[in-house]
Amino acid sequence: MTTRLKCHPGIGSPVTGQALVADDNFSARYDLDRINGVFSRPQHILVGQSYVDKILVLNTAKGGVASAWMLHEMKSRGVAPKAILFNTANTILAQGAALADMTMCDRFVDGDITRLIQTGDQLHVDPDNGVVTLIDPD
Amino acid sequence: MKLTELEQAMLAGEMGVPKRWAMDHMCKVGRMFDAADMVPVSQVHMMADPESVGEAGVAFLEHLADHPDHQRRVAVPMITDPRGVDLNYYSPLGQSEEMANLDRRTIAACSRMGILMTNTCINYQTIMPPVKGDHLAFGDTGVVIYCNSVLGARSNFEGGPSALAAGLTGRTPRYGLHLDENRIATKRYVVHQQPKGLTDWGVLGGVIGRLAGSYWEVPVIEGITVTPTSDQLKHLGAAMASFGSTPLFHLVGITPEAPTLEAVGGTALTARDITRADLVGLRSGFGGKGDKVDVVVFAAPQLSLIEMQQVADLIQGRHIHKNTALIVCTSPAVYADARRLGLVALIEDCGGKVLEGTCFYNQYAREIGEANGWKRLLSNSTKIVNILGGYGYEPALADMEECIESAIAGEIV
Repeated sequence: MTTRLKCHPGIGSPVTGQALVADDNFSARYDLDRINGVFSRPQHILVGQSYVDKILVLNTAKGGVASAWMLHEMKSRGVAPKAILFNTANTILAQGAALADMTMCDRFVDGDITRLIQTGDQLHVDPDNGVVTLIDPD
Repeated sequence: MKLTELEQAMLAGEMGVPKRWAMDHMCKVGRMFDAADMVPVSQVHMMADPESVGEAGVAFLEHLADHPDHQRRVAVPMITDPRGVDLNYYSPLGQSEEMANLDRRTIAACSRMGILMTNTCINYQTIMPPVKGDHLAFGDTGVVIYCNSVLGARSNFEGGPSALAAGLTGRTPRYGLHLDENRIATKRYVVHQQPKGLTDWGVLGGVIGRLAGSYWEVPVIEGITVTPTSDQLKHLGAAMASFGSTPLFHLVGITPEAPTLEAVGGTALTARDITRADLVGLRSGFGGKGDKVDVVVFAAPQLSLIEMQQVADLIQGRHIHKNTALIVCTSPAVYADARRLGLVALIEDCGGKVLEGTCFYNQYAREIGEANGWKRLLSNSTKIVNILGGYGYEPALADMEECIESAIAGEIV
């Protein structure tokens, strides 16, 4: 059975990939080792885990305006997540996604997205229509 | 989004590639935040330090700057946030020629677009302070929260790309803090201990930012009975934005949109007291009396001329410890004045270093820490101690006087 989660229309192209989920927040500047593509801030729930080509599912965006450039820089080197889903994005991450052409959605109608999706789930994200589909492994 | 004829022409590419990119970028962002249309802006401030822009971002800027002058030139006055490298002083900090070259290329590309390289996060004190109701596209969270809250201007947090898009077109999508409905209070706090020095104001900002906790919350603060200075509100706002991604606050009876609690819709909100325990709790996370200190930093935000004099007055005629560095960051405009007035010499004769046009945390803080063996960092900035833990430092917080005494003693006094 597939599950469809409705959200606000987002940014970027449709993508399919594997979820990496945490009830935590996101700052490209302070949470990541951007060279090696892993979460590096010791206090982050995902510390040590690779975000490369994953669909990140997190609570909200934190930190300063630097993240807007950084998504573009990360994607140019191929060391970037495929998409980011937030409960609530902020303006900077949305602007960064627009420059980087990275897929980003937020404001899910069914509740806390970090509980509705689990790490390892296969997802299809359709930002234009504001729909995230959990793909049945069978 | 509803676009004017001029905006549609820009989007169609009739005014060149840079403006077409800019309109397309702003339409994507505007759609995500349900903007009905664009709003003209009077000035733009862009964050573009090389550490965050990277090789890809610099190449992007150069690509835009390679277009004919009438296509690449910004449409409204546009200024910049601190650089990542003080080009007069980078090798001694352990910064590489590669870092300096990225900065030089950024400066060259921005200058060709007509961007004024002010390299400051205190433009509201030094360049052209916005006025109430002024629509802006400003980068740097500390700049935005100050201009929204203290001056009553209207800006979202604009990352570098969106600020650039606003500069090229002279407008920004009308969403978030450009709209009246997003400027009313959503959280209400009551202060009982009056802040005294800059650090007290920063700590209060940090506590409220952490409690408010989102870009979409607007704190209204009651109970302040003193009239703060611009520098104090600078530290309050910078810390609040850093801890909470908060872009706007109201101080009842002080900031222009909150002559009363009612004026910002605060009366129906449940009041949360800010207790002594809240303030002590935040400070105690950044303690460390008796610990060795590797570097004392005054930055984040850059120092005003008044703060430069305060530092110089406290340190003049003394010498900092041989195992401790003292770094002071200010804007090129303040630097020129401070140099003319002898303040730079007073600080540097004591063994400190004043950097021009940078801010410590966005000048490759991790790399310069590693190059110089700096781990234990002491500052009077609540913002900087919050963010540098993510860059491998063990940050501690103290008032300006204690920071100076610690720099001289080589340990936190």
